Amino acid sequence: MTRKKRRLYAVIAGLATLGIAAALVLNAFEDNLVFFFSPTELAARELAPGQVIRVGGLVEEDSVERLDDGLTVTFKVTDTAKTLPIRFTGVLPDLFREGQGIVAEGTLGPDGVFVARDVLAKHDETYMPPEVADALKEAGHWEGDEP
Amino acid sequence: MASSLHRFANPNRFMRLSGAVLPWAAVITAILFPIGLYLALFASPPDYQQGETVRIMYVHVPAAWMALFVYTTMAVASAVALIWRHPVADIAARAASPLGAGFTFIALATGALWGQPMWGTWWVWDARLTSVLILFFLYLGHMALFDAFDDPTKGARAAAILALVGAVNVPIIHYSVEWWNTLHQPASILRDGGPSIAASMLWPLFIMAFAFKAYFVTFLLVRMRSDITAAKLRALRRTQVEGAGMSAATPAAAEADRA
Amino acid sequence: MSDFLAMGGYATFVWWSYGLTAAVLIGLAVFALRRARARREELDQLQARLGPGRRESRQ
Repeated sequence: MTRKKRRLYAVIAGLATLGIAAALVLNAFEDNLVFFFSPTELAARELAPGQVIRVGGLVEEDSVERLDDGLTVTFKVTDTAKTLPIRFTGVLPDLFREGQGIVAEGTLGPDGVFVARDVLAKHDETYMPPEVADALKEAGHWEGDEP
Repeated sequence: MASSLHRFANPNRFMRLSGAVLPWAAVITAILFPIGLYLALFASPPDYQQGETVRIMYVHVPAAWMALFVYTTMAVASAVALIWRHPVADIAARAASPLGAGFTFIALATGALWGQPMWGTWWVWDARLTSVLILFFLYLGHMALFDAFDDPTKGARAAAILALVGAVNVPIIHYSVEWWNTLHQPASILRDGGPSIAASMLWPLFIMAFAFKAYFVTFLLVRMRSDITAAKLRALRRTQVEGAGMSAATPAAAEADRA
Repeated sequence: MSDFLAMGGYATFVWWSYGLTAAVLIGLAVFALRRARARREELDQLQARLGPGRRESRQ
């Protein structure tokens, strides 16, 4: 075997080992790599009382209510299978609206209401001008906002 | 001697070829950027959800693409340098990393400027953002390693190994938005079912992407030519010190003698 | 014109993005060009000092 060949195989073997190692590590740390859980995933998890966790999903249509203090908002997020009520006091991001994806960070209360200390908006990968969006809605081709 | 002559000729052939390509790359860059900027800032529509902030996409996305493209280029060049000891490959990898670091910085900074108004945060530690931050540090490490050894060939070898090791991060960045729940949305262009961007926004994006790519080619060549000039300069100084009449005058030839 | 500069209320974010991008790209370009020219000039000077015969063999 020539030195070049030997170096070639060494590089290939090194990269293959590295790739496998990386795949194993990423697989093992899956729980730390996900940024949020869906309501369904959350329901299946054992949570310590007061454990801070992030939950994400779509804001359900007609579920947003502002309380009398003018700062607190309650709404429901859904992954279409399960729905979770959320309460949040503070400033919502500009993209927050019904049908839009959000990620809330906070704790799950004993009453089953998720108390968020932070709400982030998540947008989808679709970009279009407002006129096109209106035309699509009018023509009935609107597929709705995906998470 | 024959092989050292071959190595000696390689950078010279590169200088000739790159000298022919460079003006064209520079002209294409100079033409594409004004067109791309005009389309991105004036002639493209606002987004139905994100309004005018969508214009950040026209610098953010090309910069992010280039961050990955440059790293891939660098990793391939590093493999060629390690396996075939091609002197121009080391020079290419070294010239690429500051440009890649620049693109990655742009992607991170414009991402933060886009995230604050739209997501409601400058930064989150989700898989996409974190893996791109790691990419930025890989570039910085690569730049530092080249100069970390007294022997430049050792520095080049260490940097090449780092570039190859870091290459596992490239697919991780690309697929992070599919493998794990992230705040960052999935890909809009490279996705099943075709791009999910309206044509009036896709064109400005592509032209800006080509402008970024032409910029990269231009300054990669400028930097590589400049590094070859520097190598010749070092070699000439060495012969000057050692006295006239020495024939092995470039680091490439010196390396060939050592190998 | 002022509508354009206002960017629908997102002026800070949009213009900072473009400004930062321009600063990085122009900065990297200027650095590379300046260094290339300085090295080129230095090499030319050195070659001129070492004599014309040397120059041919190095190009």
